[in-house]
Amino acid sequence: MDRTVNQKAWFLVLPVFLVVAFSAVLPLMTVVNYSMQDTFGNNQFFWNGVGWFKELLDPSTDLGGRFFASLWRNLFFSAVILAIEVPLGIVVALSMPRRGWSVAACLVIMALPLLIPWNVVGTIWQIFGRPDIGLLGYVLHKIGLNYNYVSNDLDAWATVIVMDVWHWTSLVALLCYAGLKSIPDAYYQAAQIDGASRWAVFKAIQLPKMNRVLLIAVLLRFMDSFMIYTEPFVVTGGGPGNSTTFVSIELVKIALGQFDLGKAAALSLVYNLIIIIVCWVFYTVMTNAGAERQPSKGVA
Amino acid sequence: MMHSIPGRRLILGLFLVFLLLPIYWLVNMSFKTNYEIVSTMTLWPHEPTIANYARIFTDQSWYSGYINSLKYVVLNTVISISVALPAAYAFSRYRFLGDKHLFFWLLSNRMAPAAVYALPFFNLYSAIGLFDTPWAVALAHCIFNVPLAVWILEGFVSGVPREIDETAFLDGYSFPRFFMKILVPLIASGIGVAAFFCFMFSWVELLLARTLTSVDAKPISAVMTRTVSAAGMDWGLLAAAGVLTIIPGALVIWFVRNYIARGFALGRV
Repeated sequence: MDRTVNQKAWFLVLPVFLVVAFSAVLPLMTVVNYSMQDTFGNNQFFWNGVGWFKELLDPSTDLGGRFFASLWRNLFFSAVILAIEVPLGIVVALSMPRRGWSVAACLVIMALPLLIPWNVVGTIWQIFGRPDIGLLGYVLHKIGLNYNYVSNDLDAWATVIVMDVWHWTSLVALLCYAGLKSIPDAYYQAAQIDGASRWAVFKAIQLPKMNRVLLIAVLLRFMDSFMIYTEPFVVTGGGPGNSTTFVSIELVKIALGQFDLGKAAALSLVYNLIIIIVCWVFYTVMTNAGAERQPSKGVA
Repeated sequence: MMHSIPGRRLILGLFLVFLLLPIYWLVNMSFKTNYEIVSTMTLWPHEPTIANYARIFTDQSWYSGYINSLKYVVLNTVISISVALPAAYAFSRYRFLGDKHLFFWLLSNRMAPAAVYALPFFNLYSAIGLFDTPWAVALAHCIFNVPLAVWILEGFVSGVPREIDETAFLDGYSFPRFFMKILVPLIASGIGVAAFFCFMFSWVELLLARTLTSVDAKPISAVMTRTVSAAGMDWGLLAAAGVLTIIPGALVIWFVRNYIARGFALGRV
């Protein structure tokens, strides 16, 4: 099924283009405008050129220091949760029952955390981890651990990571499960006849089939963890100190807390640029992978 | 069975318990009195009460939060699906100038951090007089929901054989008629899934919804954060409000359970 060239298709895309341009390009222009100026309130703006960007990209200044600290923190966070969620998601997907009512039940339970508003996810773990009223905190204290996510950096990190694993591992698992389900039974029968081991089946049949969905899973998980805001904000508020202040939290602090529009705008643009670059890398890999396997499938 | 791995029941069981335990704790707390929550550690409510729920359903400032949330979520879903449908068809069937770049641009907007847009959105919607209306939040959420809907629907439209279009046009169907009478019914499940995802991502988002509303259109998530800090810590009420935010998702998920995975794969499994 080859796609035909038809420039009139633009008319069909136009509504999407207008809606997204209205909500993406227009605000972004404001950001670009702010990023070049300084303000002392009262709607008085002064031209500042690339001053904010220079400050932002220089780790020795206050702004730059905060930016890089939150950036490394955020990248480390993303790396940790990917390292946990991807293998765990694959294992869970491989453990899914094959048929019967239990499949539907598992799917629904697994999807449940994904549908909880993000601040409620934060609230759930905020309560769950409290030593006085939460089950987790209470049990940890009973077995003698001095767990306190409000005052201890390590505990705060552990809480935020476990919370993210709880919240999003199901996404990876559901995607992998969808990939596994698309494998025809004949493949398994052939493997059985060949006397292939379980590991061989996983490596030769299941993993290649999951490649594509895994790529989407990693992309979504990386992006969403890289712009995480609400959940850690509700649980730790970015603390103790700044230990769980991720880039989005830092940005909101500067923009809506201190109302430093110029600094916030410069940070926004650099932040957005990083995301677009990562996105582009994934998109290229995905398009190429798609083109190899299904030459007809077109765009993605 | 080749599909399975050793100890799979145990792994799956542990994982499901891990998922359900924090939710159970929230439900458990929502049926307790504040006295019981603070004074003792009980695994189930010893003096069950529905006072927390009763308060939410009778206090206007609480239940209007749910109505406000539902308003912008539904608005956003309708807008997203109706603009995304023709675009999905175009991306699936035609090649046109800049199609790949446009597709990438859409994807990059799905990934844009809400924190970047919070302040400019606030300025934009204040300037055009939509601040504190469901429209502001519904339009703001379009930035990530429209691209998502296009992606999912494109996958589903591509699953419809091209011959069906051609036959319809040969039979003298006009494009709009073909679209409404033939294509839409064929990808009804895809539309359902896309609508579900728009619903879901609009429902779970807080930062933009909170920034773009103050009084009249305040969403439930914002009501929760504010009321709790003002009234000290009313844990039982907070838990009950949390449980009520889970229910809409849990209801709709049942209808799309067979398509959830395909939707998360953006229609590309």
